[in-house]
Amino acid sequence: MFTSASIKELEKIRAKYPTSRAALLPAIYIAQREFGWLSPEAYEAVADILEVPKATVRGVATFYAMYKQRPIGRHLIQLCTNVSCMILGAEKLVDFLKNSYGIVPGGVSSDGRYSLVIMECIGACGTAPAMLVNDDFYEDLTEKYIAEILDKYK
Amino acid sequence: MESLLLKNIDNPASAEIGEYRKTGGYQSLAKAVEMEPKQIVDEVKKAGLRGRGGAGFPVAMKWTFASADPKFPKYLLCNADEGEPGTFKDRPILEKNPHLLIEGMAISGHALKAEYGYIYLRGEYPAAKHILEKAIQQAYEENMLGSNILGKGIKFHLAVHQGAGAYICGEETALIESLEGDKGQPRIKPPFPVNVGVFSRPTVVNNVETLSNLPCIIGMGGEAYSKIGTPDCPGPKIFCISGHVEKPGVYELPMGTKLRDIIYTHCGGIKGGKKLKAVIPGGISTPVLPPDKIDCPMDFVNMPKHGSMLGSGAVIVMDDSVCMVRVCHRALRFFEHESCGKCTPCREGTGWLRAILGRIEEGEGMEGDIDMLLAVAANMLGKTFCPLGDGAASVVQNFIRYFRPEFEEHIKARKCTVNG
Ligand SMILES: Cc1cc2nc3c(=O)[nH]c(=O)nc-3n(C[C@H](O)[C@H](O)[C@H](O)COP(=O)(O)O)c2cc1C
Ligand code: SF4
Ligand code: FES
Repeated sequence: MFTSASIKELEKIRAKYPTSRAALLPAIYIAQREFGWLSPEAYEAVADILEVPKATVRGVATFYAMYKQRPIGRHLIQLCTNVSCMILGAEKLVDFLKNSYGIVPGGVSSDGRYSLVIMECIGACGTAPAMLVNDDFYEDLTEKYIAEILDKYK
Repeated sequence: MESLLLKNIDNPASAEIGEYRKTGGYQSLAKAVEMEPKQIVDEVKKAGLRGRGGAGFPVAMKWTFASADPKFPKYLLCNADEGEPGTFKDRPILEKNPHLLIEGMAISGHALKAEYGYIYLRGEYPAAKHILEKAIQQAYEENMLGSNILGKGIKFHLAVHQGAGAYICGEETALIESLEGDKGQPRIKPPFPVNVGVFSRPTVVNNVETLSNLPCIIGMGGEAYSKIGTPDCPGPKIFCISGHVEKPGVYELPMGTKLRDIIYTHCGGIKGGKKLKAVIPGGISTPVLPPDKIDCPMDFVNMPKHGSMLGSGAVIVMDDSVCMVRVCHRALRFFEHESCGKCTPCREGTGWLRAILGRIEEGEGMEGDIDMLLAVAANMLGKTFCPLGDGAASVVQNFIRYFRPEFEEHIKARKCTVNG
């Protein structure tokens, strides 16, 4: 079940489209925010409110990389390793996160504080290497800079 | 050249409607609402505007097809999926100059008699979502969007639709599927979106940068606009340069600026005075070029004559410390990950290419692997449902075309011969 605030938000979103099915991607985002990840309850809530079969919701959600099929840490690190970032050392940063913080791609740190996802290009190639932490962009990354950034996310 | 598209982006308040209006913002829309839709299309035709999303399709032609379809309502979709690796040209417009895009969409909506528009924004740009939503709200408040734009009875409603991390949703029919609430898998063409697009209605899909040219075209007139750039590809172009140059970043330059000048004049040359090894000129899907092939004018017509493509204008510069096998392998990891799985040659082919490149990189390549790569690529080319699969195959072919000895050395030495 969604909270009443989310239900209101979703009604507003639905009004932007001629079909309620078009609100599916936004609804999955809301479910992910509310349940933390796409748990069975989250799928149930989306299917109920949009009157779409649960299997359809799951089929759509699993197609997209940004929908989380597993619980994630409190903060989501999305680090790009595509070519522009790779040639400027992004893969060393992946090793750094593993060796200094015990965070591996696709995993959660043991204290539940961070999750790491390796990204394809995130549109910050001119200031590579780059990452997103939650909704914030960080660019021109170095090991030292990453350590400073991560300190801010408790 | 004076910036037209990236004007004001150094002003920290550039996303505010008041700031935008101070430098002439929304005056082109005021002019456009006094024009007949057909007149606007004619100006775009005179301007010679081509789509900036990658393919360079003439905009007026696409618009004429959509206008000729009798079905209503019509839709205008802005492609803000910007997923092609190396590309970061639309982001400054979205984050710093959102009203330029909104004004461009309102003008285009009028030209097409489209009543509804959506900006399909990639999920990886959360800041842009908030900026755009706020800018759209401001535009509604000042009657630049809505049911009675500038009191002229013109209707155009606009909303942001957020993607969720799938490169293929940049392909226009996949984008439509995704907007309708489905997996982003391409549709068969025909019917084309201009006839049967989103919600089965006539739909025009244009890139962010394309639509952002409309205020300039209406403002200065198509004729004057067509004098910028090259005769076949007029206008300004936003180039985004990354990798080993002294000054990477976005540069608004006339279409047809030479690749060499972009690298050596505008971007200050190769970082640390090192030697240039390779350039990917238009995003990772476009053919790589060796250093002796960079005297090409960067536009949609000239680049194919020089063995590559303009693509999104995303220039990736690599110095001689970069291993070509490694770059090619990384590119194929991308294509395998982003293949939507709809057709077999791409779904299976990208996996095979990635696997063979992976073993060459790791020192486990076998004799005959290079020919095997070429055979797999040849079996994909022209046989995939959408251009993603073709792109993956041609990336491999072109890396081998120019850097074959490096692949051979990796196999023979059983290790990376560039970085030891
Ligand atoms: C695999 C693939 C990915 C694409 N990605 C994008 C993209 O991220 N942004 C974009 O504007 N066009 C992209 N395109 C091109 C679109 O299909 C379409 O041609 C474009 O949005 C048309 O707009 P334009 O005429 O203004 O360029 C992509 C095409 C393919 C085949
Ligand atoms: S070529 Fe690849 S991305 Fe395109 S439809 Fe086929 S599987 Fe999907
Ligand atoms: S390649 Fe990393 S942000 Fe574009």
